[in-house]
Amino acid sequence: MKLYEHAISETVEKIKTKEIKSCEVVQSILERIDNIDKKLNAFITVFHDESVDRAKYIDQKIKNGKPLGALAGVPIAIKDNICLKNKRTTCGSKMLENYCPPYSATVINKLLSEDAIIIGKTNMDEFSQGSSAETSYFGATRNPWNLDRVPGGTSGGSAAALAANETIGSIGSDTGGSVRQPASFCGVVALKPTYGRISRYGLIAYASSLDTIAPFGKTVKDCAILMQVLSGKDTKDSTSVDENVPEYEKLMGNSIKQMRIGLPSEYFSDGICPDVKEAVLKGVKVLESLGAVIEETSLPSLKYGIPAYYLTATSEVSSNLARYMGIHHSHRSKKTKDLIESFKTSRAEGFGPEVRRRIILGTYALSRGYYDQYYLKAQKVRTLIMNEYLNAFKKYDVLIGPVSPFPAFKLGEKINDPLQMYLSDIYTITINMAGIPAISIPCGLSSQGLPIGMQIIGKHFDEGKLLKIASVYEKNCNVSNIIPNI
Amino acid sequence: MKYEVVIGLETHAELDTESKLFCGCSTKFGSEPNTQTCPVCLGLPGVLPVMNKKAFGLSLKTAVALHCEINQFTNFDRKSYYYPDLPKNYQTSQNYFNIGNNGYVDMVVDGEERRINIHNVHLEEEAGKLVHPEASDANYSLVDFNRAGVPLLEIVTQPDMRSIEEVENYMQTLRNILLYIGVSDCKMQEGSLRFEASISLREHGSTVLGNRVEIKNLNSMKAVLKVLAYEMTRQSSLLDDGKEILLETRLWDDVDAVSRRMRTKEDAHDYRYFPEPDLVPFWINQEWIDETETAIPELPVCRRQRFVDELSVSDYDAGILTEDKSLADYFEECVAISQESSKELSNWIINDVLRELNEQKLNVQDFVISPKMLTELVEIKPTIGSSIAKEVFAEMVNTGKSAPVIVKEKDLTQMDDTSELNEIVVKVIEDNPKAVEDYGLGKKNALAFLIGQTMKITKGKANPKILTELFKQRLSSISK
Repeated sequence: MKLYEHAISETVEKIKTKEIKSCEVVQSILERIDNIDKKLNAFITVFHDESVDRAKYIDQKIKNGKPLGALAGVPIAIKDNICLKNKRTTCGSKMLENYCPPYSATVINKLLSEDAIIIGKTNMDEFSQGSSAETSYFGATRNPWNLDRVPGGTSGGSAAALAANETIGSIGSDTGGSVRQPASFCGVVALKPTYGRISRYGLIAYASSLDTIAPFGKTVKDCAILMQVLSGKDTKDSTSVDENVPEYEKLMGNSIKQMRIGLPSEYFSDGICPDVKEAVLKGVKVLESLGAVIEETSLPSLKYGIPAYYLTATSEVSSNLARYMGIHHSHRSKKTKDLIESFKTSRAEGFGPEVRRRIILGTYALSRGYYDQYYLKAQKVRTLIMNEYLNAFKKYDVLIGPVSPFPAFKLGEKINDPLQMYLSDIYTITINMAGIPAISIPCGLSSQGLPIGMQIIGKHFDEGKLLKIASVYEKNCNVSNIIPNI
Repeated sequence: MKYEVVIGLETHAELDTESKLFCGCSTKFGSEPNTQTCPVCLGLPGVLPVMNKKAFGLSLKTAVALHCEINQFTNFDRKSYYYPDLPKNYQTSQNYFNIGNNGYVDMVVDGEERRINIHNVHLEEEAGKLVHPEASDANYSLVDFNRAGVPLLEIVTQPDMRSIEEVENYMQTLRNILLYIGVSDCKMQEGSLRFEASISLREHGSTVLGNRVEIKNLNSMKAVLKVLAYEMTRQSSLLDDGKEILLETRLWDDVDAVSRRMRTKEDAHDYRYFPEPDLVPFWINQEWIDETETAIPELPVCRRQRFVDELSVSDYDAGILTEDKSLADYFEECVAISQESSKELSNWIINDVLRELNEQKLNVQDFVISPKMLTELVEIKPTIGSSIAKEVFAEMVNTGKSAPVIVKEKDLTQMDDTSELNEIVVKVIEDNPKAVEDYGLGKKNALAFLIGQTMKITKGKANPKILTELFKQRLSSISK
């Protein structure tokens, strides 16, 4: 087994016991990236020299017998919307093509304090807007399972890099399914945490009330390890929550006997691809055979999810992206010297079509006379959706459904049809609306050999339960052993 | 005037905090441009705001002091507009759940109580400042973000004011309140206190509001008064000519003393307010409100009334004393030592203390004569007489010594002993036969002359009352 194929848990173990050196892991990863990323385009920036230097530093620490962090010497890839001090952070946009933030995100500091190595910044849909990693200014990322297919989005780079063993672990962000859908398309695990569980400080905002930073893992255990490092209240993020962080790893593998699992009928509705439905229901059967109690249920308000989500998210986009006007940190057009014209031209040049579309939509939804019927109405729907989820959790420990109605689609297939693209988020966005956590875990391959993801959804701050069920499932199905051949 | 004027005022007060509203940067005025900035107040991608608890507390204090209904559930909203001095192109402000609504300010206009209703009080962040180069051919402007993110309180009245005098009175009363409760230093030259006015005219007796004109960027009370006077003239002549007043926003040009159109209603901003998702809503519990209420000192209007009712100070004098909180505090400290002399203490403060403070450009807290010292002076005055008391006061200012010490050192105690004074009176009468004769002829000046002679001998220490009595007795017996 190549060093780049290992999971975080194995890598840390081997490095700590001096079986291997961090330098060797980094070298192995960098070679892998150099070899295959031309095909995938999963990275926007790779830190060759810095990673080697840091690996040497970690190895020295080990040699000197210094205390080591939970991620000692492990290469981690970071979605390019998370600020890393003095390194280019682009958000996949021309607007920030040359932007180097003067500070690091809280999650970066947490990773570094656990001795992780930031190996590179991964490709993404521009400003996290898209569902396929195709809207990036730096070109589309491809799916390692099939290079004609999308890796999913928006954290497509982080998912593809991990699935293709270009990194040991990776971090993305999830606003409407942006880690879960690519995880399902690429056959890796991703956990979208409760809103407020992980600090957003330093995450370049797409839709602030929905954005979460989220870990990917080759295994459920890796997600647990990263969750442990990333979680917790941050005084720099008022929306982060001071809630006890359990020891996630200790919950792994525990019995799931008598656990009540609900299957919302809305998650198995008309638009679903039969392969997906079959794989997910097969996964559910496995859980049933392990002692879980399965029951069908319904959350009727979910049908309003797509419009309510896109009104909320685009409204926030129109405001969050207002700061990019070419004055201090973003692309400035050279075509004009007039102030207002310069704002307009800089924005028109700097943003791609999907971002422009969402800014226009959101500006409209917040306009005088429309606020009540659009934005405010969407917030009311949001409350309805959350209440329905919370009611369901009175009855069930978790809910299960697919992550996406279909496996990875072809590049170019939906990019010119925004509505079709938006519909691909149908099973993930309402979870962000409710602020609850959900894990995406591989549950089989489609007839075309593409990964399919199962989604386990829990109530607020119940990440531990999701990791437990996913770990039990993983153990009994060996799903994480399926890897792409690239 | 033919028309009734209707005026409303928005007041922006920078709150007196050490750090900015959402980050730890200093709020100090006048530093080198862009030296008090960080990723948060520069609005760099990825940053998040964290509420300054002190700023929030000061806003609550103001809302309570202005008798507002407190929104126990308070939230912040984003107000969107594009301007290069606004780092995020939205300002985090309040729109849907202001910290306070429906308050009032009571004031006295021409001796009558007037109530100006407050529409709302809300908290927001300051923008930065554009710096335009002086050279007329310069093709750039610079932005200084030191001010960006300084906590700013906005106090919005109802259109309740009906004259320029009322506006002036309101601005002073409000400024006084803000200073009294210690929420803002109200330094207008540093932009800590700014105004926006809206003004409309209507026929007397009409209940419908006329089209209103808003005027922005008024950096002094004088500018507010000038622009309102200008607008009253401009608008009334338009109305006289049968023309319509346009709903518009105008800017005041202090140099040319005219207001100019900035934008009409058609290009008015749509601020697209929506709740700030990066801050959680704030819940103000009753306990916090109660604590705040207790922490608010007696406001000027009430204090003034109490000085009149309980401390026998005239309304005019009470007005002067309460205009400056520290002066009123000074007075009260004096009165606490010697309540019976309140009237006299007030006279001393208004006539002598204030004159010294003005001459020396001092705050009363830094004045060499402490309340205790002033009280001592007032207490010792009967033994030295008014005119010597004035001299002692001057000496106190010069030396910092207390009145009793000065009186003792200079032996200034008044001569009250009748027999002792009688001897001198007899001598003065003997020495000045001409004056005595004049007195007999009914010349009033003669008495004053004789008293003056006596004062010369006693170095002014003779009790003038006793002295007068003695002269009158003796001279009348002589003329008989």
